[in-house]
Amino acid sequence: MTSTADRKGAPSYTSENYSSAKYKVVGTRPIRHDGLDKVTGRAKYGADVSMSGLLHGKLLRSPHAHAKILSIDTSEALKLEGVKAVVTSQDLPIVADQLIDLAEVMANPRVMAENILAGAKVLYKGHAIAAVAAMSPHVAEEAVGRIKVEYEVLPPLLDVREAMKDDAPLLHDGLTTRNTAERFGKGTDTGVKSNIASHIQFKRGDVEQGFKDAHVIVEREYNTKGVHQGYLEPQSSTVNWAPDGHITVWTSTQGHFGVRAQTAAVLAVPEHMVKVVPMEIGGGFGGKIPVYLDPVCALLSKKTGKPVKIVLTRKEVFEGTGPTSGTFMRVKFGADKNGLITAVELFLAYEAGAFPGSPVGAGANTSLAPYKIDNLLIDGYDVTVNKPKVQAYRAPGSPQAAFAVETALDVLADELGMDPMDLRLKNASKEGDRQPSGVPLPSVGCVEVEQAMKEHDHYKTPLKGPNRGRGVAMGYWGNGGMQSSATLTVNSNGTVAVVTGSVDIGGTRPAVAMQAAEVLGISAEDMRPSVGDTDSVGWTGVTGGSRTAFSTGIAAITAAEDIKDRMIARAALVWEVKPEDVSFRDGVFTNGKNSEERLTFKELAGKLMATGGPISASAASNPRQVGPGVCGNIVDVEVDPDTGKVTILRYTVVEDVGQAAHPSYVEGQMQGGAVQGIGWALNEEYFFTDDGAMQNSSFLDYRMPTSLDLPMIDTVLVEVPNPGHPFGLRGVGEVSIVPPMAAISNAISHALGVRVDRLPMSPGVILEAMEAGKGGK
Amino acid sequence: MVRKVHIHTNINDGDVEFLCEERQSLLEVLRDVVGLTGTKEGCNDGNCGACSVILDGRLVDSCLVLGVEAEGKEITTIEGIASVDGLHPIQQAFLEEAALQCGICTPGFIVAAKALLDREPEADEARIRHWLAGNLCRCTGYDKIIRAVMKAGETVQGGAR
Repeated sequence: MTSTADRKGAPSYTSENYSSAKYKVVGTRPIRHDGLDKVTGRAKYGADVSMSGLLHGKLLRSPHAHAKILSIDTSEALKLEGVKAVVTSQDLPIVADQLIDLAEVMANPRVMAENILAGAKVLYKGHAIAAVAAMSPHVAEEAVGRIKVEYEVLPPLLDVREAMKDDAPLLHDGLTTRNTAERFGKGTDTGVKSNIASHIQFKRGDVEQGFKDAHVIVEREYNTKGVHQGYLEPQSSTVNWAPDGHITVWTSTQGHFGVRAQTAAVLAVPEHMVKVVPMEIGGGFGGKIPVYLDPVCALLSKKTGKPVKIVLTRKEVFEGTGPTSGTFMRVKFGADKNGLITAVELFLAYEAGAFPGSPVGAGANTSLAPYKIDNLLIDGYDVTVNKPKVQAYRAPGSPQAAFAVETALDVLADELGMDPMDLRLKNASKEGDRQPSGVPLPSVGCVEVEQAMKEHDHYKTPLKGPNRGRGVAMGYWGNGGMQSSATLTVNSNGTVAVVTGSVDIGGTRPAVAMQAAEVLGISAEDMRPSVGDTDSVGWTGVTGGSRTAFSTGIAAITAAEDIKDRMIARAALVWEVKPEDVSFRDGVFTNGKNSEERLTFKELAGKLMATGGPISASAASNPRQVGPGVCGNIVDVEVDPDTGKVTILRYTVVEDVGQAAHPSYVEGQMQGGAVQGIGWALNEEYFFTDDGAMQNSSFLDYRMPTSLDLPMIDTVLVEVPNPGHPFGLRGVGEVSIVPPMAAISNAISHALGVRVDRLPMSPGVILEAMEAGKGGK
Repeated sequence: MVRKVHIHTNINDGDVEFLCEERQSLLEVLRDVVGLTGTKEGCNDGNCGACSVILDGRLVDSCLVLGVEAEGKEITTIEGIASVDGLHPIQQAFLEEAALQCGICTPGFIVAAKALLDREPEADEARIRHWLAGNLCRCTGYDKIIRAVMKAGETVQGGAR
């Protein structure tokens, strides 16, 4: 284990799990290959695209949260000088219902089309209706203001529990509830018309008996608000629809192969007619998996014969993209005198937004996965409401449910008079224990992480002072696998080009290239990693699901093994021996028949043209054993009793990372997830009027954490190797956002002696809780 | 056509002339007219700092300045931070400390940090956190950014001695 606190010197202590010493490149901290471009302003992001003849687009968005569209009149917009084209949903082909797997979420192209440009109805304020292409963004904006839309305004449904009622007005006339027992399963159609798109249920053991056996029962209700991914770079797209039908898309996305599939499906063109060029991406967190703009730009380009670019404003990002689900949740824990959990009931109602597809299934499975529970009943509901359609947000679905579960567990520890870490260790899941879904856990680091937390200096140091409290919480995320492709080419000077299909959001170029370098016995600096477009590298899933360093890493390792074998064959040619007579170690080829004869990787690379030509190798990954992630937080807070403001005093993130490829960027994922969680816990929320209008659609009013709000975020990297990866890597990106809300809630309650049952725990909410606490307890 | 104004300015130590509409922000002019796309747009309303530039020695959000206001002014953008001799210590520290993930906020942070360290290379953690509170980063949690600026401050001070 290593801690950032000790990073300047040697790690303060080393556990036997800390295996970086085993590797020469993996586990080191080289400078990232794309760093220079990104610190000098040369890196090209989606909005930086320009080309000759470029037109600029703007979208018209609904001012109503729920309304029928009676008519759209674009004639005045088209009369404006400089306006070249207008498109509406009439320009989209009607596509049939089908499901596309986008890794973190399933998507239906028909629904995507309706979300991209509204047809008969608008379902949230900000729902796009029409788009204009013009000579400049200013002209396009002016033209958008000239489009006349007649609406029949309908009452909006904004509360998840109201929307679930039998007599609630319906968002979608044709929507019926499906019963499903697996996350991506289609389930059986109940035929019941409802705003509830699906009901997922996990059931095990005898819950009734479990509660009868309990010594202590804790039952609590929780509410959370929708929050946005908050990436700093607004969505953008530039598309050219060539006269021969080929469509080229330049965009900022987490997965260009997904953009290709979605764009082709929505436009009803064959996938091979769409080429997607991934630009650098300014953050995604799940929110840049779905397409919003690419099909619209394509239609405008087709109409005008010119490339068309649209860049969203921040207000449009808030109102028209993301966010994640607001929720209502109920949890009931039973435990015996020793703290062994005897039964759990969990009720989860997640807002899907305007169209079905909340991540409630993941919430249902992951929040209780860190614990071995024999008797459980989990019900999850995916509910449509008149808000933007929710999208994946870092460990989608898990943070909300974990807020409920981990806060209730803390109440349980209080009632049992037990140390909260002891309670968790007592019930900790191990490999082979079944998750709520029934699937047994693979190698998992619950015990190791919890042990590391309990033994950490932060946990052992008493917290003193008034209005201060400490909280802990755990998080679990299954992580993604999916397929990736990589192509490696040996340059004549012994450097190696690495082309993958994984866009690099947070340092995956070095993380992947370092794994190939480890195999080839060369340095990280000898690798030249880049991201290929959809025509120049094999199919690769999204950068999401914490899968990239893991799965694309496996593709790169496999290709590097192939390179190694081919290089060995060349060395054999040079020495006129058989390949099996050549050994390869630490970047040096040695002739087994004459150990005086040696060639470094670089020396042999210089001989490739004379021994049969250049060497390159491609490989794809299809990992079977994905290593789940476990993360725990320890946090100290101080609450100002007069204002209700919460200050974070100290924060420690402990995570099982399997094997850190590049520890600095692993720490960065842990710190970044923790701070997004701090924002979710204390400040961030979609604040709606009764009419369904978001009132805080700017960074001034949607308050994300700033540097001033935070201390340093200490990290502890626990390394329980994942047997499903050659070097033991696990996904590290997402799980860090799961524990913060509960950890902070628990810390606040220990500071005040009052429980807070909703998010965000903003100053007003804290003051209310304190007031209620005075009367109640 | 909207009337355009002829502006004379100095960007990154070079004289630059451009034509801009009166309604165009300095951010828009830098990116779309002058072609310096290193300055980023995150919000266009002065709340994220991604478009930070130094205008006559002052740190500003270029989205809140009009292009026509650049007349006769000196502007430093991210493209003007490194010199022919190499990276600025802040840029070097960002690389060494892994102070960026997606990189979209990085130009703004580096420009803002330069505006601070030019005057206060001895700035401590609290001062740096306060100064950089106008720059949002969603990826890093700020830890490594603050460390990088502290490290760059030490380098700048060392070089001055």
